[in-house]
Amino acid sequence: MSAQTSTESRADPTKSRSRQLILRIAALRAWLFLAILLVFFETWSRISYGQTFLFSSYNAQSIAIFAVAPLLLALGSTFVIISGGIDLSIGFIMGLAAVIAAHATNLAGQSLPPFAAMLVGITAGLVVALGPGFVNGVLISKLKVPPFIGTLGMFGVARGVAFLLAGGTTVPVANSWFASLGNGRVFGFPVVVIITILFVLLMHYLLSQTRFGQHTYAIGANEQAAIRSGINVPRHIRKLYLLSALCAGLGGVLYAARFTAGAAQAGEPLLLDSIAAVVIGGASLFGGSGTILGTVAGALVIAVIQYGLVFINVEPFWQFVAVGVVIIISVLVDQTQRKLGGDR
Amino acid sequence: MSVQSQTQSQEPILDVRSVSKRFGGVEALKEVSMALYPGEVVALAGDNGAGKSTLIKTISGVHGADGGEIRFAGEAVRFATPEAARAHGIETIYQDLALADNLTIGANIFLGREPMRRAFGFLPVLDRPAMAKAAKETMARLDFHVNRLDAPVGRFSGGQRQAVAIGRAIYWNARVLIMDEPTAALGVPEQRKVVSLIQNLKAQGRAIIFISHNLQDIFAVADRIVVLRRGMLAGERKISETNPDEIVKLMVGG
Repeated sequence: MSAQTSTESRADPTKSRSRQLILRIAALRAWLFLAILLVFFETWSRISYGQTFLFSSYNAQSIAIFAVAPLLLALGSTFVIISGGIDLSIGFIMGLAAVIAAHATNLAGQSLPPFAAMLVGITAGLVVALGPGFVNGVLISKLKVPPFIGTLGMFGVARGVAFLLAGGTTVPVANSWFASLGNGRVFGFPVVVIITILFVLLMHYLLSQTRFGQHTYAIGANEQAAIRSGINVPRHIRKLYLLSALCAGLGGVLYAARFTAGAAQAGEPLLLDSIAAVVIGGASLFGGSGTILGTVAGALVIAVIQYGLVFINVEPFWQFVAVGVVIIISVLVDQTQRKLGGDR
Repeated sequence: MSVQSQTQSQEPILDVRSVSKRFGGVEALKEVSMALYPGEVVALAGDNGAGKSTLIKTISGVHGADGGEIRFAGEAVRFATPEAARAHGIETIYQDLALADNLTIGANIFLGREPMRRAFGFLPVLDRPAMAKAAKETMARLDFHVNRLDAPVGRFSGGQRQAVAIGRAIYWNARVLIMDEPTAALGVPEQRKVVSLIQNLKAQGRAIIFISHNLQDIFAVADRIVVLRRGMLAGERKISETNPDEIVKLMVGG
């Protein structure tokens, strides 16, 4: 301890140093999980099949593509969860955006060339996704509805509207540009992965380097402090839920491109995976902590578990068990970290 | 002011004149007057419900006064919000300190008005080095020499966190600091540290109002004591001319 009031037990330098070390490891737990999983699957693969797991570009790309959709949802959720909120509506906002993007691309394709029609479809999907995000923000910031309840309501609304618009089925897209957005490659890399990486960098910048990110952390730690510092907290919260919806919208658009079809249920199984990615990535559901890079690691952990278990021929249902165990371990580490960190 | 002597020639930085405040039928403040001079520490004492909190909230813009006037640096002022009071240099440090425990000292000092710089010549990013430097300098002015500028304030002790809250106020040039029970939640060594912190601020010419139940702290640090009882001024004493027994009598009206 450096200040002059080093009179308490915390001041013991050796204790403090080992504590720092533990805290540092805890902060990197998602990457540690990822490393352990990769070593495990690599070893298994070499012993059982005599081939590499990780260093096969096919496997690596499959894992990356697996991770894209939950990761996109998780990026927005990282901000919301750091602020102390939660957004349950993202799964069906994603489905809604996928259906809208499919319809709009087809509709515009009747009068516009395919490339322009694709742009219309993408824009429509993203813009419509902002609608439920805006309502979420108003409910939570103005009408003081708890985030869990408000976004649960929008979960239902977006779900119903998406299924109605899709006519209860999937909406196929006939557009060559749209198909190559979802399945094409640039320099050997899948386009959806490149777009996601660029988006990750943008979100990392936003969270770690801007006032917006800083205020998100402050609101999550102490909303009163943020208010007294002159931050317009309600407006900030509205922006957070718009951002979350935008990420879900992008997820939906890329889903429609990848499967050349919009489906209302596109994001249904991804909601919990994305929240799990954020939590495994080191965010606390109490708010105040989390990072984009941690969330990326969390999403990769889930994708590696899901893909790896299929790869080694384990019954796919074990995925749920494995992801569940990782979430629980992660939360336990988080609690220990809070205790050690002296965070109130 | 009857008991003000050492700075008679100076104008008070803060002059509260016959301020009244009522909440419905309850008169929370009845024509209370007090003055505060630069470099002076005034302790505000009184039993629960005596009107201490109402008085500081009226000064700091949380409540509007129903009667009387408040003069700041010679001018009549009427603060509609705490932000307006803060813009004039009146900063209130509440017991909960209003710190974001997950952010660094620098980030807390600058919360809501963070400095930016350009990375690679074009990309606006938070200027963390500038925040850390300002944090180090500000804390040094308070005689707190902190090296762990990248640690969140949640990892610091109670007294250190108090210093961070005070540091934030003085960085933004607060001329009047209002401190609500600054020593209440602290251990004895930490209390001593806060007392020396207040003496340090006083030496810098800042004026301080501090609310405390702890007569020992009051006698250690204050120049004057203003005692409130049931919303009225019960008495005002110079520290050198009174003793704890008299203050207690004023507080309880014995």
